[in-house]
This record gives sequence, structure tokens and C-alpha cells, in this order.
Amino acid sequence: MSLTKYESFVREPLVDGEKTYNKVTEDIVYTIETKPTRLWYIGLYISVALLLFGIYSVYREVTYGVGQWNLGKTVGWGWDITNFVWWIGIGHAGTLISAILLLFRQGWRTGVNRAAEAMTIFAVMAAGQFPIWHMGRVWLAFFVMPYPNTRGPLWPNFNSPLLWDVFAISTYFTLSLLFWYSGLIPDVATLRDRAKTKFRKLFYGIASFGWTGSTKHWQRHESLSLVLAGLCTPLVLSVHTIVSFDFATSIVPGWHTTIFPPYFVAGAVFSGFAMVQTLMLITRKVMNLQDYITIGHIEAMNKVIVLTGSIVGCAYLTELFMAWYGANVYEYDAFFKYRLAGPYGWSYWIMMTCNVISPQLFWFKKLRRNIEFTFIMSIVVNVGMWFERFVIIVTSIFRDYLPSSWSLYYRPSIYEIGFYLGTFGLFFTCYFLFSKYFPVIAIWEVKHVLKTSGENYKARMENLEKLSADEFYAKTHHH
Amino acid sequence: MTIKKFVVGCFDDEDVLFPAVKKVRKEGYKIQDVYTPFPVHGLDKELGMRDTSLHTAGFIYALTGLTTALGFISWILTMDWVQNYGGKPHFSLAAWIPIMFELTVLFSGVGMTLTFCYLCQLAPFVKKHHFHPGATDDKFVMVIECTSKTNVQEAEAFLAAAGAKEVNVQMAETGWWLGRYDMNRKLFDQQTGVVTA
Repeated sequence: MSLTKYESFVREPLVDGEKTYNKVTEDIVYTIETKPTRLWYIGLYISVALLLFGIYSVYREVTYGVGQWNLGKTVGWGWDITNFVWWIGIGHAGTLISAILLLFRQGWRTGVNRAAEAMTIFAVMAAGQFPIWHMGRVWLAFFVMPYPNTRGPLWPNFNSPLLWDVFAISTYFTLSLLFWYSGLIPDVATLRDRAKTKFRKLFYGIASFGWTGSTKHWQRHESLSLVLAGLCTPLVLSVHTIVSFDFATSIVPGWHTTIFPPYFVAGAVFSGFAMVQTLMLITRKVMNLQDYITIGHIEAMNKVIVLTGSIVGCAYLTELFMAWYGANVYEYDAFFKYRLAGPYGWSYWIMMTCNVISPQLFWFKKLRRNIEFTFIMSIVVNVGMWFERFVIIVTSIFRDYLPSSWSLYYRPSIYEIGFYLGTFGLFFTCYFLFSKYFPVIAIWEVKHVLKTSGENYKARMENLEKLSADEFYAKTHHH
Repeated sequence: MTIKKFVVGCFDDEDVLFPAVKKVRKEGYKIQDVYTPFPVHGLDKELGMRDTSLHTAGFIYALTGLTTALGFISWILTMDWVQNYGGKPHFSLAAWIPIMFELTVLFSGVGMTLTFCYLCQLAPFVKKHHFHPGATDDKFVMVIECTSKTNVQEAEAFLAAAGAKEVNVQMAETGWWLGRYDMNRKLFDQQTGVVTA
């Protein structure tokens, strides 16, 4: 154990400014312990309004049937499944940041992991709505549960990708929740010990589970986080792989491709990071957390965006190549007649522009470190990723094997749109409440890296690096 | 409910805490625990703790999940309610891999978290004695348990000399109890109606 924690000053600090442990706490809990701003209320009201519209839309759909949506003979999966895949994809960044980057020992995850994990949970909650309400007779949704029932017992089909999805998404939600909350407990304890009002003492007292900060507990906590990270890493890859199986195991031209799993996972990370950027850029500004979510963090995430965006672009081109090289007329038509061209051709080109062409601008360091540009790009990427799912789903099925059913041009009904807006409401209502009542940055994790990566501590490393190797060793290895 | 006497020393810096832990242990004091605002790497070793076996428990839960999924699905699809899905074999292991994997992960994650909560006695409405509110902020709180042989004044002086910024003596319950943090509770032997021998 060395007393002087050392990390080269060449590396950009992860925490800017003159910081002590107490200052870190004060900075992060400030917005929790003060009255919310007017902007917060406005945001919350808009979100709740959207949520209510969503609830009304779902009410219409349940009461009057799926006919409230403009799904038809060919387009049986429309906006609902598009939105499902889109939200699930967004939900991937949180676990990627918290689990995979933890295993890779990426220090910069500490600034953004908490909010990204929360985002994951809310995104999965939003995503889950779509397949559930898409069932139509939603009161029979429990039929997917394998329990000894009075219908035989007739079990669900364990060979079906749709059932795999049920298991994958519920497992993903559960584990993300456990990972997020176990990380949150020490920070809630911080809030509890600072609480002045009766309500806060009660609320944070219950939520902190009686956490004391005992050394043994921390030791177990670290073991738990590491193993959960190890479990979540293949899990997060499996979830979008299984979502892609919903399509890939079918025989629909345009869906029946083996490239889908890696392509979907890359796309999920891509859109997830874009959503993290959108939220983080607003959060750091509104909550004054620029010292903790630095330009360095933003740049790191933009690097992930340009990487995954390029993988996705590569997958698009591979699909086109295979459609031509595979010499299957149906496959060829699906791509070259109904995707690139045809009545929905515009959506393909929106997808290409937003996902493949525009993110390439992130090869320029200046643009990666530009806040306004990053914010615009984060929206562009998410629009593009929504269209990717729309293209995959709708353009593959709107012209099926029976040309007489081709006449329909699918466009969503107001209740389909309302349902989508409603999930935005759900997502942002949860996020607004979370950011008000819980620390959006993992306080204890920032403290943990403060002495290696804090700006004021890093400045001292410069002197260390001037020493000779022997002196350096003597100084950094005390025991 | 056992109430014991503790000498508490609060340190501002983990770099001061480490040599202090060493000194205090060498002197023969019994460190009940050190409460820190974040995991201090190496402190568990310094306190002479063994590694946790939580990950082993996680592995066992994972195997349980895997066998549950495999056993359950194969029983259902080959014995309980045999169905013909597109003429494929009833025992089609490849198609079960996704659910087998998910249940492995689910059992392991949930089991480990519950075990963690059990071992650390964490649950809603659980209340414990906190030696210093700063232990979750910026204080590293070393707690020495007083035995019949401990000279309290000496222990206090020793902690102060080792670098503790704040030293005090506290009577505290060692375990947990059900309680709320917005309500204070008297020590067990100070409660009215409790007869102490």
C-alpha cells in the first residue's frame, strides 16, 4: 500500500477545482438540500402532462382495442415495437458505463455512472410498456409467466425469442436496479447524516438501510459491485442480442440476418450514450456540476459515440452488400427497393445521415469538446436511432408476400404517438424526481478517485515526476 | 442488545489513518471498526480482516440458477407437456441457452445482493449507532472497544497522538434495531420500564 496515490499529471483531471472530501459532498448534495428551481417545476409539469396523455392513450387502446393504432394487415409491428427497441437501446449505456467501464478500470465513469444507471432503469421501464400494451388483451399478460396454471398446465414456449425477451428484460431491469441501488446506499446515508428536517431524516433513514460505512461492509460492497459488474457485462450484451433475435430468427427478408446481434448491441450503446449526453449536458449546467462532469467526460463519451456509430455504419453497409451478394431476390428487393427507395425511402436516408455520416464529425477533437455541438449531435443520434428501428421494422414488413395487401401506407394514429410521448413523460418524470431527491453523481466514488484524479491533488504529481526512479519509488512505496 | 464503551477517534485523512491503525493495533487495542466515507483500499488488510466470500456465494447462486433453468425447461418440454415446435427435437438445448443464461445471472445477482444485505444487516427501518455523522462525509472514524483492562484516558491520549483530530468516549449498542432516523431512542438500559439487573 503506497501512501502517495499516484496518477500521472499528463492525464486530464476527473474532478476540477480545489476540492476536499467535504466540498465534494457539499457540491453534489446542494440541489437536494435546497428548494427546486422554477425550471425544475416547469420540466416536471411538462413531463407529468406527457405522462397523463400517455396514460389516456393507453386507456383508449385497452378499452377500444389495438384498432386505436394504425397497425394493419402488413404492418403488425409499427411505432410500438420501434419505440420498444429504441428505449431498450437507450437503456444500454448505463450498464455499459457502470459495469463494463468498471471492469476496464476507466476512472471517468465515476462522474456519470449514477445518472446513467438511473437513466437505464427509467428507459427500461419505458421500454417495457410497449410489448405489454401491444399484447392487446393486456389482462392476460401474466400468461408469459411459467407457473403451474389451470390451463393444462400449458407452459410458455421456451424456444421462442419473444419469451427469451421477457426473461432478458426482466432480468436486466432487476439487476440494473440492484446495481444502482446498492451503489446509492452509501450516498443516501450521507444525506441521512446531514438531514435537518424530520421528513428527510425519515426518508433517507429508511432508504439508507442503516448503512454505517464499516470497513467490512465496504469490503463486501466492493465485492458485490465487482461481481454484479461482471454479471451485467454479458447481460447487457445478451439483452440486445435477444431483442435482435426477435427479428433475426424470423424468416422475413430484411430481418433474417446473422449480423443483427452485434449490430443491435453497437446501436444500443450508440443511442444510449447519446441520451446520456443529452441528460448530462443539461444536468451539469442546471445543477452546476461542471467540476464533476468535465469536458473530459463529454469527450470520452463522444469517442464511444463515434466508435459505435462507425460500427453501426459498417453493419448498414454489410447488410446492403449481403443483400446484393446473397443473390436472393426477396432479400435484394427488401433492401434496394423498399429501404433505399420506395415509399419509406426517406426514413432510410434520415437514418444514414444521422447515424453514420454526421457522427463522423466527432473525429475532430475541437468538436468532441464542444458542448453545444455535442448537445445537438446527441439529439441527432437519437433521432437517427429511432429511424433505424423504424426502417428495420416497417420497411421490412409493409410489403409482404401478398401484393393485394400492399396498398396501405402506415402512419401512426394520435394514440400511438400519445403512447410514445407518454413514455417520454414517464422517463422524464422519473428523472426529474431522481435528480431532485438523490445524488446524481456517486459521491463516494468521486471521493474514492479524488486523490488520484482531482485537479488540486494532480498538481502535486508534477513534482513527483521530476524525481529520479529511485527517489520516486522511495516516495510512493512507504511500507 | 449489548451496550459497550468505545473510544472514538476521528481522522481527517486516510493517509494519517493508515499508520494510526498500525500503531493502535500494535499497542494491543481492540479496534471494533473503522467507519469511512468511501472504500479505503487496503484498510481491510490493515485491520486484519480476511477476504469476503461473497463472490463464492454468488457463484453458488449462479449454478443454482443455471440448473433450475435447465431442469425446469427440459422437464416441461420433454416430459410434462411435450409439444411439437416445427418438428424440432423436444430437447433443443441451443434454444434454451438464452433463458438459462438469464436465470444464471438473475439468481446470482439477486442472491448475492440479499446475502450482502443479510451479512451487513442492511434493510429498511434498520437503525444502528453512528459514532460520528461525518463518517459518511469526510471523517475516518476509528472505534476502539474498551475491555475491562482498557485505560480510557490512555486510549484517548493515544488516539490523539496518532493523529485523530477529535477524540471522545461513547456508550453504544453494538447491534442493530428496528427504528426510524427521525426519532431518537434512548439506550437500552436507560429506557423506562426496562429492569436492568
